[in-house]
Amino acid sequence: MELHDVWFVLIAVLWTGYFFLEGFDFGVGVLTKLLARDRPERRVLINTIGPVWDGNEVWLLSAGGATFAAFPEWYATLFSGFYLPLLLVLVCLIVRGVAFEYRAKRPEERWQRNWEHAIFWCSLLPAFLWGVAFANIVRGVKIDKEMEYAGSLLDLLNPYALLGGLVMLSLFTFHGAVFTALKTVGDIRIRARRLATVLGCATALLALAFLGWTQADQGDGTSLVAVCVALLALLAAVGANLRAREGWSFALSGVTVVALTATFFLLLFPNVMPSTLDPAWSLTVTNASSTPYTLEIMTWCAGIAAPLVVLYQSWTYWVFRKRIGTQHIADAPHGAGASDAAPLVESH
Amino acid sequence: MDLALAPETLARWQFGITTVYHFLFVPLTISLAALTAGLQTAWVRTGKEKYLQATKFWGKLFLINIAMGVVTGIVQEFQFGMNWSDYSRFVGDVFGAPLAFEALIAFFFESTFIGLWIFGWDRLPQKIHLACIWTVAVGTVLSSYFILAANSWMQHPVGYHLNEETGRAELNDFLAVLTQETTLVVVFHTLTAAFLAGGAFMAGISAYHLRRGKHVTAMRTSLRLGLVTLVAAGAFTAVSGDQLSKVMFEQQPMKMAAAEALWESEAPAPFSLFAYGDVEKGHNTVAVQIPRLLSVLANGDLSSEVPGINDVNAAEQEKFGPGDYRPNIPVAYWSFRWMIGFGMTSVTLGAAGLWLTRRKVWLASALRTEETEVPRLALTKHRALGPALSRWYWRLTVLTLGFPLIASSWGWIFTEMGRQPWVVYGVLRTRDAVSPGVSQAEVLISMSVFTLLYAILAVVEVRLLAKYVKAGPPEVTEADRRPPTRVGGPPGPRVGLGADPDADPNAESDDSNADSDDDADRPMAFSY
Repeated sequence: MELHDVWFVLIAVLWTGYFFLEGFDFGVGVLTKLLARDRPERRVLINTIGPVWDGNEVWLLSAGGATFAAFPEWYATLFSGFYLPLLLVLVCLIVRGVAFEYRAKRPEERWQRNWEHAIFWCSLLPAFLWGVAFANIVRGVKIDKEMEYAGSLLDLLNPYALLGGLVMLSLFTFHGAVFTALKTVGDIRIRARRLATVLGCATALLALAFLGWTQADQGDGTSLVAVCVALLALLAAVGANLRAREGWSFALSGVTVVALTATFFLLLFPNVMPSTLDPAWSLTVTNASSTPYTLEIMTWCAGIAAPLVVLYQSWTYWVFRKRIGTQHIADAPHGAGASDAAPLVESH
Repeated sequence: MDLALAPETLARWQFGITTVYHFLFVPLTISLAALTAGLQTAWVRTGKEKYLQATKFWGKLFLINIAMGVVTGIVQEFQFGMNWSDYSRFVGDVFGAPLAFEALIAFFFESTFIGLWIFGWDRLPQKIHLACIWTVAVGTVLSSYFILAANSWMQHPVGYHLNEETGRAELNDFLAVLTQETTLVVVFHTLTAAFLAGGAFMAGISAYHLRRGKHVTAMRTSLRLGLVTLVAAGAFTAVSGDQLSKVMFEQQPMKMAAAEALWESEAPAPFSLFAYGDVEKGHNTVAVQIPRLLSVLANGDLSSEVPGINDVNAAEQEKFGPGDYRPNIPVAYWSFRWMIGFGMTSVTLGAAGLWLTRRKVWLASALRTEETEVPRLALTKHRALGPALSRWYWRLTVLTLGFPLIASSWGWIFTEMGRQPWVVYGVLRTRDAVSPGVSQAEVLISMSVFTLLYAILAVVEVRLLAKYVKAGPPEVTEADRRPPTRVGGPPGPRVGLGADPDADPNAESDDSNADSDDDADRPMAFSY
């Protein structure tokens, strides 16, 4: 295994971490309209991911940075080629981050409602668009011999990719519902479980169609294993959810996300962006990679930093392991938290 | 009008707008993280409530600010690939590594521990909670170090070779990239300037409250911290700026000649205070100068020669082939002056403030004030500053709180535009760096979307900051005085694999810990 293969695996790991983690916080964002009945419930949902969403998002920045450093050609082709969808993702991530931080900082109804709309749409769209993007990457796009994307925006919105987008969106929403059941108390926990069953069944149907299509189109033995793991884990997650085994259900929906991402990367290797115009023009781990020297330095960095990140992020989840419900949300009129409520009220 | 149609023009505008905007939040994030951490340390060590109030107040402003810094930073990570794909292909082997280091080491630090700090008031024991904000502060500094190493490589490429076969720059000495003089001096200059910005911000807002006689105890402490930071950082910014200009005179003589509108080489060279010239003809029509000062700035002596724009241009034409190697001279000239002017104004006001509000030992008893009183501005040991001047002092300190941010924006405009027409100095031209496959329409859409979005967010952010500035520090609550003694806060229902299968809405009362403890249902100290 050469270093560029190691980095292919590491980038797969970073994307997997990103989809596993931000997957459920995108899902929770979508649930703010699907599950929550009123503002206190929406706030419970938002606060289940409050301390962690920012750390989850850095997995994407690391995947981006690592791709730039390890496979500059991949980075250049992908982000200049998928220009407008990526622009939309970036706008969503900007607005979503600001929405979490600013929503509760003013008491006005309109202010809070606008940011809540933003949280919903800016969670839903990226979840969908990442699915579209990965389906396209795996199936291949028009790449010319200069390694430039030669297709149009409409080429990216083909039925296969759109189905991939729906699978991703639906899976993340399910993952988020299971996470909500695990992290909350009270009525919302029960309803999250109920909704998760419905979402899980819908996801199973979509995933069956998408993964079946994928496997029939370009699958091999190893991808078949990943596809089966994904589907079985999904069904098991639904089963665990039905029996109110919330921890197991979340672990299994996580396995589904991991196996789906693994399917993508197993199908890709040794390509990183296959060309549909001419297989010789595909970007591969060899022709898109950096020099062994750069990869070696990066390997040292990742080898030390990544396990530490996993450790301290896990610790964060342990610190915030308490379930929350509407009773834990301070009912300050503007919702800026109990400790800073007093002086603000005085200032009005 | 050729320039308006050049493929790189729109991409450059987008990069300029998004980067300057991003960097409005960066200096305050870097400095307020450390200053807030310092205040919280004082609270933990002394238990004086004014420190907790100040921590919460500046911490809140810091959070409003860092939220914008974080989200606008996402664009920075991806726009190299979007708009500058040929740049990315050419330099990725060298430039990508510090970016990846930044993400893997610094971004994870910042984003994870900021979450712990925001939500950790009632979940973490005091000292662990304090360690979180310090970790964030260290993360911001590490982050700036890696990205500035990457930028310094664009200013002065080292530790690489050009591979003829692959047609790209390839790294052969990463340590050289991280430790070259340009990197170290730029990091020094940028970090000190960041603290200058934080100091001016803190002093300005403290002055706002003190002028009105509100929140005096916490704001008096904050004023002093702000002024000391401002003046100390200001002095180091000047020192590092001088070092940086000497490095730049050596490495990018064109940039520095443009900064001075020095058309012909001169020995000794004068420093220009004002110039108006003709770029086409290559000379100034009006010039107000201080003799010999430029020789001092460039080489540290009174007589040495400083190369002029026309001579450097001729030398570069000989080296790199025919072409115009001059940056936009008026922009370079004026941005350099605005940078120094806005920065120095703040430092001067800070120094004046530090003297006017000095400690008791240097004041006659009539002029001394208690901790709960607004400090009286004292000119000499026995004489107070007049009421009109005092009012003006407070007012100016408030009005200039953003000056260092203007200065650092101009500094970046200077350093990036002064490097043109190169994106990597002497190696890759900006016009060869754009994405060939991206249409002008796409770049136009993207630039318009970001500009519009950023403009809206600027209004939202500034109004929110103003609201929290005016509200002042919060009162200390009972919960603040009783920080948790164990990680995770008081007992209550928790997440686990073996959740009760028959859980119903009231099931949590079955939890063995919960029924004996009223704290289980206590609202979170902070919630979104």
